[in-house]
Amino acid sequence: MSMNNQGRPTGIGSADSAVPDTITGNRGLQIEEPLIFEQDSAGRCGVDLPEVPAMRMRLGTVKPRAAVGLPGLAEPQVVRHYTRLSQKNYAIDSGLYPLGSCTMKHNPRLNEKMARLPGFSDVHPLQPESTVQGALELMDTLAHWLKTLTGMAAVTLAPAAGAHGEMCGIMAIRSAHEARGDTGRTKILVPESAHGTNPATAAACGYTVESIPATPDGRVDLEALKAKLGPDVAGLMLTNPNTCGLFEREILEIAEAVHGAGGYFYCDGANFNAIVGRVRPADLGIDVMHINLHKTFSTPHGGGGPGSGPVVFAESLAPYLPVPFVVKEKGDFRLVEEAGEGPAFGRMKAFHGQMGMFVRALAYMMSHGADGLWQVASDAVLNANYVMARLQDVMTPSFDGPCMHECLFDDRFLKGTGVTTLDIAKALIDEGFHPMTMYFPLVVHGALLIEPTETESKASLDQFVTALRALAERAKSGDVEYFQGAPRLTPRRRLDETGAARKPILRWTPPAEQAQAAE
Amino acid sequence: MTVKFTKDHEWIRVEGDEATVGVSDYAQQQLGDVVFVELPDVGRTLEKGKEAAVVESVKAASEVFAPVSGEVIAVNPELEADPSLVNGGAESAGWFFKLRLTNPSELDGLMDEAAYKEFVEGQH
Amino acid sequence: MRYLPLTEADRRSMLSAIQASPIKAATVDDLFRDVPKAARRPGPIEGLTNHMGELEVERALGSMAARNLPAGSCPSFLGAGAYRHHVPATVDHLVQRGEFLTAYTPYQPEVSQGTLQVLFEFQTQVALLTGMDVANASMYDGATSCAEAVMMANRVTRRKKAVLSGGLHPHYRDVTTTDARFIGFEADARPTDPMGSEDLAALVDEQTSCVVVQNPSVFGHVRDYTALAQACQARGALLIVVVTEAMSLGLLTPPGAMGADIVAAEGQSLGNTLNFGGPYVGLFAVKEKYVRQMPGRLCGQTVDADGRRGFVLTLSTREQHIRREKATSNICTNSGLCALAFSIHLSLLGEEGFTGLARLNHAKAGQLADRLAGVKGVEIVNDSFFNEFTVRLPKPAAGVVEELAQRRILGGVPVSRLYPGEMEDLLLVAATETNTDSDMDAFAKALSEVLS
Repeated sequence: MSMNNQGRPTGIGSADSAVPDTITGNRGLQIEEPLIFEQDSAGRCGVDLPEVPAMRMRLGTVKPRAAVGLPGLAEPQVVRHYTRLSQKNYAIDSGLYPLGSCTMKHNPRLNEKMARLPGFSDVHPLQPESTVQGALELMDTLAHWLKTLTGMAAVTLAPAAGAHGEMCGIMAIRSAHEARGDTGRTKILVPESAHGTNPATAAACGYTVESIPATPDGRVDLEALKAKLGPDVAGLMLTNPNTCGLFEREILEIAEAVHGAGGYFYCDGANFNAIVGRVRPADLGIDVMHINLHKTFSTPHGGGGPGSGPVVFAESLAPYLPVPFVVKEKGDFRLVEEAGEGPAFGRMKAFHGQMGMFVRALAYMMSHGADGLWQVASDAVLNANYVMARLQDVMTPSFDGPCMHECLFDDRFLKGTGVTTLDIAKALIDEGFHPMTMYFPLVVHGALLIEPTETESKASLDQFVTALRALAERAKSGDVEYFQGAPRLTPRRRLDETGAARKPILRWTPPAEQAQAAE
Repeated sequence: MTVKFTKDHEWIRVEGDEATVGVSDYAQQQLGDVVFVELPDVGRTLEKGKEAAVVESVKAASEVFAPVSGEVIAVNPELEADPSLVNGGAESAGWFFKLRLTNPSELDGLMDEAAYKEFVEGQH
Repeated sequence: MRYLPLTEADRRSMLSAIQASPIKAATVDDLFRDVPKAARRPGPIEGLTNHMGELEVERALGSMAARNLPAGSCPSFLGAGAYRHHVPATVDHLVQRGEFLTAYTPYQPEVSQGTLQVLFEFQTQVALLTGMDVANASMYDGATSCAEAVMMANRVTRRKKAVLSGGLHPHYRDVTTTDARFIGFEADARPTDPMGSEDLAALVDEQTSCVVVQNPSVFGHVRDYTALAQACQARGALLIVVVTEAMSLGLLTPPGAMGADIVAAEGQSLGNTLNFGGPYVGLFAVKEKYVRQMPGRLCGQTVDADGRRGFVLTLSTREQHIRREKATSNICTNSGLCALAFSIHLSLLGEEGFTGLARLNHAKAGQLADRLAGVKGVEIVNDSFFNEFTVRLPKPAAGVVEELAQRRILGGVPVSRLYPGEMEDLLLVAATETNTDSDMDAFAKALSEVLS
């Protein structure tokens, strides 16, 4: 026989398995990474540029700037820097991300491929319309899908995110009242359970905000709402399904009451994923609703945007849209860009909206189709109810089911254990899950809001449920120390938010300046 | 010298026609670690029950209301640099501002320490 | 359906678990029982296509994309707030890493240090470029940054009148005046200033919260605003400097050095493609003393339980989720991924690359101006510019641009596109590092043919 022996041991060894302190601070695949500013070497550059030709400067009275201290890195260093940083992030690509009301579903890569077609990504917003007919067709097609799925008469694609869409909707409501000469409406009603953007939006638009209490079953108190309605109320802002994950059973009565008092019904569409393809908001009496393309329609969150927040309008509000919008005339698409053409109320952002997100959302809608979207809502709701059913006995659901696309628990199951909602969340991180939304909505104590979405498999949910059940039992067994020390396996452990807020350090400064500041 | 409390968890210590105002120890416990305090300008006239200052923790921002009407004659110079004084001594070193009272009879509607203690216990 | 992992067997077994629980539902329809009956659709919504495979979707969207003329496929000279620059391959590769692309806002800092460190570096880069003390983690775009800057100035000064330069991009102006109408402040939009000759100092009075200027202006003029900053300061008003071409920050004295109190800028030029207008990334930078009045997210440095440096979102009491109706702004989701692209591109460039690239842009624009000045009937309006300038044509610019497009040349933005019915003979023309000598030759030749 021949002996091609490499001479390396192939067993697993017998060393002790405790995690050692390393010399570098790195832990295997987890590599510590300094700031780019700490890797600077003057004169180094990650791009090669052609030589700048001799020129006459034409800057008028403005002087060319002095150096500002941008760090110099070569391309491999930049690639490594961002790759290492990326490895310190949890993401939907890595695992279950059950943030309630955030709809962290799978982000298909086909969407990315389509958005990068040069015919979409390399088109200037002010090219002649004759050279962008396909881009306008895409916007028109997306508008058709959104209107059809919601049953609404009109849509604007302009808003850049959900909160921006809320502004747009409330501006439209105010425009409609003003157009009728009805200027006495100074209030917007918002349920206590609302997302913080709702009251912030209404207040920003000059309305006073009045809170509507919830009933013991987690829904809007219809009688309390009716008592507040009157000629001074411009409208109601309501999330449906609401932030407790519940469908507002009396939604038709709510809509009727609001309309009866001359107000408009704004729906926060953050939770549209629960009903997309199965229920049309127009059939619920809603007048205006924003849609987060980065939630329901799978465009990536990107660590905090960009989003996209189209707003759909019923016939009554359809004339009060911002510019721009696409119209079709004699077979050609045209952009209406100026508020002068009709009663459009103004402009929300530069150019035409988040085109890159439109392409992704439409790619997603076409992939699913009407039949697939029906199944999206069905599976999203099924997954949430399954999680709720499997956790009923060890955690405390805040309300009786069924829930819609997310299930809400409060911290009664932790009472007397010394373990908090936050502790449970941090322990989940060590188990390889992103935590649920915590302490929101504010209407229950120590809220844990779980939204699995339809893109989780049963195996993934079962693993999550198993972990959460074990953690709940562990909390009840009084192992407080375990929880308060969590997470232990992450690139960083709990961070000092108090210190960060008391003495804010919001940028890097060169060490010399730091030393000076300390003197 | 008398100390009184409001239902919004401010305290006021009166000495003659001047008074010192802060938030109660119960309030600081509810807020958690205080990270920032915004105080009124000296010379500003405050109206009873209207916003006078802001106190922020990492997770909460609260308005502090004037317990009674008056003119601001001093603010706590230490608080801006060290907001943790509110946690360390809400009813002593963590005071917010001093007022010259314009309507001392407004004090009558406030709670004394025993009544406030009872009020706070009723909050649970 | 490729995005849905549940099998029919899974669904059945899950439903039986639900049926056995207090929820009690035997079917998915039963889970929807709280929805009013009349609103429950009997089946998929009509009027839409059914599901498609990847190939079919690619065909459908590909045919739409094919009906557009990509700026990179022909000589292109468009600017007016969106600029075609070369984006290094590294940028798009890195932003597509799933850990960046598919993460949420970094609410759990222990598992979001990647995004958070990027934001901290981004904030530092923006502060350095603008010459300001502090920058936030981004806004939607330059126009919304501009409007938010005005509202912030109103809060800081407790005044309610903004003066908007006639050189401010009209979309930025319109976003600001729309907010003014609904939010309740005065926005004094000054007459359009194509020659760059306005003087706003005399308009600043004790009611003025801020003056908003754009540098370079929408017509391309470059101005030193130091004197205006002093005039504002003397009357307790703030100076807001808007920048729509971030590349100019590599060559011009930064707004901070001129005395700006707030800088509101569009960051698209770095790392981000044209995308038919969005998503882009708003930059927002201020003097240190105004930090607590700032809108948007902020990332700050801190330490973890083991004493190691780490980063968190901070000063969030300014924001809607805590302050609710008293928040500084209702902004929530911003432009994280576009900020990442901006930051990566700038990291690749560094000081040397960024200043070199900015100079190259200026040189290209100078060459183009010289070339166009040689075309009969064309007059260069600007005496100063960075990489974009205004030309006067002997005919309405919109028609000229249309004719140029038929020759596959994107020959600038007619001023009348931005100001309908006004200044029809003016054309905005931009040049960047992407324009070659032969692009410029082709443009000059075609323009002279169209004009003759």
